[in-house]
Amino acid sequence: MQISARHADQTTIFDVSGDIDLANSPLIRKALLAEVREKRTPRVVMNLSKVRYIDSSGVASLVEGLKACRDLNLRFILFGLSPSAREVLQLSRLLKIFEVYENEDQALAS
Amino acid sequence: MKTKSSRQPDGHGLPALHDGLLLRLQLHSDPKLLCVVRGALERLTEVLGFSASDCRSVTRAVDEALTNIMRHCYRGRLDQPIEVSCQRLVRRAPLREGLEILLSDRGPAVDPGKLRGRRLDEIKPGGLGLHFIRQSMDTVEYQRTGGVNRFRMVKYLHRAASESQGC
Repeated sequence: MQISARHADQTTIFDVSGDIDLANSPLIRKALLAEVREKRTPRVVMNLSKVRYIDSSGVASLVEGLKACRDLNLRFILFGLSPSAREVLQLSRLLKIFEVYENEDQALAS
Repeated sequence: MKTKSSRQPDGHGLPALHDGLLLRLQLHSDPKLLCVVRGALERLTEVLGFSASDCRSVTRAVDEALTNIMRHCYRGRLDQPIEVSCQRLVRRAPLREGLEILLSDRGPAVDPGKLRGRRLDEIKPGGLGLHFIRQSMDTVEYQRTGGVNRFRMVKYLHRAASESQGC
């Protein structure tokens, strides 16, 4: 799994690739919470288009990111969900809780 | 990690041993091996003829169950033994073919009360793994025998067994 960040127009976009599971979800959580709490960028966007699989620990990291953003009145956006990622958010009844878009253009235009 | 499998056709195009064993994996409790097991389960469920959605369901259930063993039974220790055993299952009346997956570990006994999973009406991180497992599989059972935790999961094929095709 790899994660990198881009910054533009008061937005941070995290590009994530690979599977998110117990082996690496702490890295996602750490990067996400550091960005939210230290930089307080108004809009945090997760590009998950190259993430094929997310487990429950990965979902938990996304929920922590969402809650941290809400605490600071920031937006937290996901885009590019794979079928597997969409399924776990549906199973956990979180799909409607997150702001989700199909692609980066839609996410940034929102 | 040790792997045992057979490629003997069984008349339905499925690889099988005479006792129904399809695949056995022995691994250490290292989260870095989760992707290896997922890869094996993805291919096995494809070969058995599960739908793409059911392949993902079975793979997710096994991954979440292994994650629970690593986190809660072995408390993050990386060198403890886990076995994943996959067998063909044929249930008569009505005839249904499926896949039985048995996970075994030598961690402390699991409190069955903790196997219920949490409610989903609260937005909070954690506690979702068991919910994913129960939603993904047709049967989920836990047993403790001889100092071994045995977590059994079954997923049935949702089409006639005669339609199964090997790769």
